[in-house]
Amino acid sequence: MFSELLINAIVAGILLGGFYVAVTIGLSISFGILDVVNIAHPGFVILGAYIAYIIHSQFGVDPILAAAIMLPVFYALGAAVYQTYFVSFEGRGQSAQTALRGLAFFFGLLFVTEVALILIFGVDYRFVSAPYIGPTFELGVLDLPARLVVPCVVSLLLFAVLQLYLSRTFTGRAIMAVAQDALALRLMGADPTRIKRTAFAISIATASIAGALLIVIQPIEPSAGRVFIGRVFAICVLGGMGSLPGTVIAAMLLGIAESLTATFGGPSWAPAVSFGFLLVTLAIRPTGLLGR
Amino acid sequence: MRLVGFLLIAIVLALAVFAAARGVGNAYVFYAGYVILQYVVIATAWNILGGYTGYVNFGSSAFFAMGAYSTVVMVELELPIPLPIMVVVGGIVSGIVGLGMGYLTLRLRGVFFAIATLALAIVLETIIVNWDFVGGGRGTYIIRPRSVPLFEDYVQYLFAIMLGLAVIALTTARTIERSTLGYGFATIRDDELAAEASGVPTLRLKLIATTLSGAFMGMAGAPFPYYISYMQPASAFALDYGVNAIAMPMIGGTTSWVGPLIGALLLATLQQLATVMMSGVVNLLIVGVLLIVFVIAAPDGIVGLARKIIARWRT
Amino acid sequence: MTSLLAVDNLSKRFGGFVALDGVSLAVNAGERVGLIGPNGSGKSTLVNCISGATQNESGTVYFNGRRVDGLKAHQRTRLGLARTFQLPRPFVSVSLAENLKIPLLYAVNARPGQHFKGAALEERCEELLSLVGLADKASRRPSELTQIEMRKLELARAMATEPKLLIADEAMAGLSHSEVAEIVDLLLRLNSEQGITIVMIEHIMSAVMRFSQRLIVFVSGRKIADGMPEEVVRNPEVESAYLGQ
Repeated sequence: MFSELLINAIVAGILLGGFYVAVTIGLSISFGILDVVNIAHPGFVILGAYIAYIIHSQFGVDPILAAAIMLPVFYALGAAVYQTYFVSFEGRGQSAQTALRGLAFFFGLLFVTEVALILIFGVDYRFVSAPYIGPTFELGVLDLPARLVVPCVVSLLLFAVLQLYLSRTFTGRAIMAVAQDALALRLMGADPTRIKRTAFAISIATASIAGALLIVIQPIEPSAGRVFIGRVFAICVLGGMGSLPGTVIAAMLLGIAESLTATFGGPSWAPAVSFGFLLVTLAIRPTGLLGR
Repeated sequence: MRLVGFLLIAIVLALAVFAAARGVGNAYVFYAGYVILQYVVIATAWNILGGYTGYVNFGSSAFFAMGAYSTVVMVELELPIPLPIMVVVGGIVSGIVGLGMGYLTLRLRGVFFAIATLALAIVLETIIVNWDFVGGGRGTYIIRPRSVPLFEDYVQYLFAIMLGLAVIALTTARTIERSTLGYGFATIRDDELAAEASGVPTLRLKLIATTLSGAFMGMAGAPFPYYISYMQPASAFALDYGVNAIAMPMIGGTTSWVGPLIGALLLATLQQLATVMMSGVVNLLIVGVLLIVFVIAAPDGIVGLARKIIARWRT
Repeated sequence: MTSLLAVDNLSKRFGGFVALDGVSLAVNAGERVGLIGPNGSGKSTLVNCISGATQNESGTVYFNGRRVDGLKAHQRTRLGLARTFQLPRPFVSVSLAENLKIPLLYAVNARPGQHFKGAALEERCEELLSLVGLADKASRRPSELTQIEMRKLELARAMATEPKLLIADEAMAGLSHSEVAEIVDLLLRLNSEQGITIVMIEHIMSAVMRFSQRLIVFVSGRKIADGMPEEVVRNPEVESAYLGQ
């Protein structure tokens, strides 16, 4: 029945969109708020997926739990990456040249991550098993695969936690402020560089969780990050740079659009959807839906 | 040195290179040499946009592949077109793609242009994979003509074409550098706002750079189906091209036409050796790591380092 | 007499913030106009909208009888409308002389008439650098310049475009007494010897009073005074809003 197909496509899109929030939220922080063009973010997500895979297959730990355990490691990794970035580029003063080099740096990171994963794991697909991968809830005409529902829920929880953090805690509010007025922040006694480093570290930590959610949804291989590049930037821009609630709305819209395209047009056209979103947004409303 | 003088010297050098390659007596020289020359063109093309104007293209593989696939289309349509003309067509197709993409994204910050180029590469690959006429995901055979005018065998012919393209690309880059256009590009890189205030039509110049850059990459890609004989999307859209296109100029040095040449010669040779001695993937890792190291430690590339050494040696 | 620059009901907002609120003003050919106002009053936004660095949302800008709002910045420069930047923005990868080549190649040469080429181009660059006293540093890079030298370069680059109107946006901020006097002298010379109409946006009152034939005051995106400098500074609204309560 067409309407059944349609409704299920939309619901799948919403669930997928919810998951996309987890993948994008880190970039909303690093690119949206800090203006650091971390094009390597999808690479860190895939890295997170592989690490969750290793821990799961070696120790039998649930992949999402594994990602939670690895949060401090990813946090430290993020801090180290930011420090390198800051010392080499942003700290040397802003100019077109440093912007270009910063971009090249992150592109290099993205590339090296993918190649290193190919060397270590090969190009075969890896997957995990968990009690919630497999069963499907049936709600009337709706088919809700648990492997989509669980990541969606975890992802939205992650969003809620971060949103609370950024609006209620001192450091969180400092992060929101540092993008707009680093000088004022200094006058308040906070070190802008340390705040930015914390924010960036958080953004990479989210990649750990997002990676685990990814491998729950589908098997992974090293180049899986590529299709996410278009997605995360499209969501970031459409949602409005630096707006986390905007990210959620944009992610849902993209998820639904992709799901409808896959159901009625064919799954291989998915990358074109995010690109289309990105182009249209940049052309019509570059500040995004909820942008500042 | 005036243009004519440079061109003459370049042509003489090219002829010498060709003669030397023949002198070695091993066909492998032509195979490997083709790839190295291909990268000289790609790196030079990337630098016209990335180095001169500061707009980073992450999706060079898209422009390269468009050139390759325009050749495939002409072959599938059984059009009796000589390869040099196919090269020109490849250039035109990729140039138009560059122009179109530039028109859509160049009014915005350089960051969004960069991201759009990456997304473009992925989308174009998706389209080609879904296009059965050119073989889709499985690919298609491109059969080399049995005989070739003037040359001993087809690979030497391909080598010569790429050699000619390299000369044209390098000469073009050098000519631009010293021209009014080159000054305009430099101002866009340095400060676009001030450039506009000084009368520079920044959007128009950026479009010129994007079109030229894309066109040369397309020309580099046009002979590729004949080189590789079995044309698959994965070969043309390989991330190798995207990374090398950036790494070679950045490691060589982005401010002059010499940088991409040095970067391409060094890195492409290194990769040919690494592929033979280790695996194809390890050499990519090396390129990626080198890119990161150079970008952090030697941002002006080898040319920049050489300049510093020369300056210090003089004092 | 039609004015050289006519701004009519110009408005510009950034998100929720209204930077310019229905601003109208006119500048006549050959005039020396001063523009003052507290920080955030919209002066720089006005310059950006007039020069084309930003596009206004409503209202019109007429320059030399032509409507220019909607045109790109480089087109307005080619029509003879030049501006300097508050924070100097030199082209850092080329020499001082080459910094001046660019406006000559792209603004002046784009107009019908004399085109600068070859030796004439180099000579003109030297000439312009001499005007601001930087001729001996022609082959240096902007990174080697002092603050005041950068501002002089900024002015020279604007002059290179052979403007009919020059808007000097806080060209003297952070300079010493004598350096300020130097720049004011330069601007006065440009106006008297070459007939360039000049709008000076400044905080340094001594410079503004010495330079201006007419004084405009901005507060919160609106023009609150426009007239003879001596009268304007005695205006009570101006006193309370700007000169200190």
